[in-house]
Amino acid sequence: MSNLSYIKNLTKLGPEEIQVIVQKIHDLAKDGEYVIMEFCGTHTREISRYGIRSILPKNLELKSGPGCPVCVTADEDIDYLIGIAEKYDLGVITFGDLVNVPGSNGSLNHLRAKGKEVKVVYSPLESIRIALQNPQKNYVMVGIGFETTVPSLAYTIKKIVELGVENLFYLSLHKLTPPAMKALLDAGEIKLDGIIGPGHVSTIVGIKRWQEYLKNYKIPFVIMGFEPEDVLYGIYFLMKKIKNGEYGVFSTYTRSVSSEGNVFAQNLVDEVFDVSDSVWRGLGVIPKSGLELKPKYSHLDARKKFALDEPVKVRKTACRCGEVLRGVLKPYECPLFAKVCTPTNPKGPCMVSSEGTCAAYYLYENS
Amino acid sequence: MCLGVPMKIIQKKDNETAVVDMGKSKLEICTALTPEAKEGDYVIVHAGFSISILSEKEAEFLLESIRREVQINE
Repeated sequence: MSNLSYIKNLTKLGPEEIQVIVQKIHDLAKDGEYVIMEFCGTHTREISRYGIRSILPKNLELKSGPGCPVCVTADEDIDYLIGIAEKYDLGVITFGDLVNVPGSNGSLNHLRAKGKEVKVVYSPLESIRIALQNPQKNYVMVGIGFETTVPSLAYTIKKIVELGVENLFYLSLHKLTPPAMKALLDAGEIKLDGIIGPGHVSTIVGIKRWQEYLKNYKIPFVIMGFEPEDVLYGIYFLMKKIKNGEYGVFSTYTRSVSSEGNVFAQNLVDEVFDVSDSVWRGLGVIPKSGLELKPKYSHLDARKKFALDEPVKVRKTACRCGEVLRGVLKPYECPLFAKVCTPTNPKGPCMVSSEGTCAAYYLYENS
Repeated sequence: MCLGVPMKIIQKKDNETAVVDMGKSKLEICTALTPEAKEGDYVIVHAGFSISILSEKEAEFLLESIRREVQINE
């Protein structure tokens, strides 16, 4: 049995079973208006890609949250990165999603067009190979991503030190998701009946971390996998919790998510990073929602090594990503959506990443 | 960005490196975040690292639960 068919068998339900689940969701939702939010950008993309919204009842609204790390990166961070790369002639090493994100003075792609070196990597460990192959040049590795990605970067940072790589620095733009979820609920801008919890963030942090953050909220939070069957059953499970008035943290992605999470990965992150405040696009400064290098690793910290002559001045645009990220605005309610803002010419980050809400709507639901 | 893909470990090269089956191709990954991962395990791969070992037992339990519920409540 091939790898993929094995995985399919672990998640596969027949069409009749799927129809029953969809019908049950319709039955549960028939007497009210319900709003649930998926926090994770991968869920956003899969819900759009599989057309799940189109088979759900009209009175069950799925809202997308701030679960795309590229999308929530603040303009000033992009501007700072491009500013230091230009001033100090740094090579930039990053995950692909960030390359097209527009800052006030263009994107990393524009920087590359000016002849600067911008390298896209799949694994952060590739940054070490790049730096070692070009010892005469200084590089900055952009640390972007939620809890899912942070352990791989913590491991990379330890390797940089272990191998004595002297020309590779680190810019931490990491964000932590539970504080953002809490900030979104506290803001009270949108009424939510339930939340689809992120599957891979939870694989790392475990069910317990969410329970700590959400203990004072009377809302059901169901962690789900990403196959279409996972999402449909998860929504049914969540709707049952809503209808029964049950709240708390639940998981239907138990094949990957445990109560404690990946403790080994958590310890590695704690070894390398300290928790810090962080600026989120659309949400502002959220206390204890970011990560900075511990003093032991501060010699790698790009912010300490490379300063700009003047603080960055963010240019305001008509892009309304911030409201989209808070679930206040739907992508098609933004005046730029699909007119001047498209995946090939994005005006804001939500149209850049394939997991951005605007990109998901544009590609799969733009009718 | 939190995309994780389930893949099967087909070869452990050393304590921290393994080769996974991607269907038509193979990929070398770092298994340092799942030290107990062994050949034959299915892992979630994210950014070149395995971040969890999938539990076949839990997957089958979920499927059974769904099927039971779909039948009982019909």
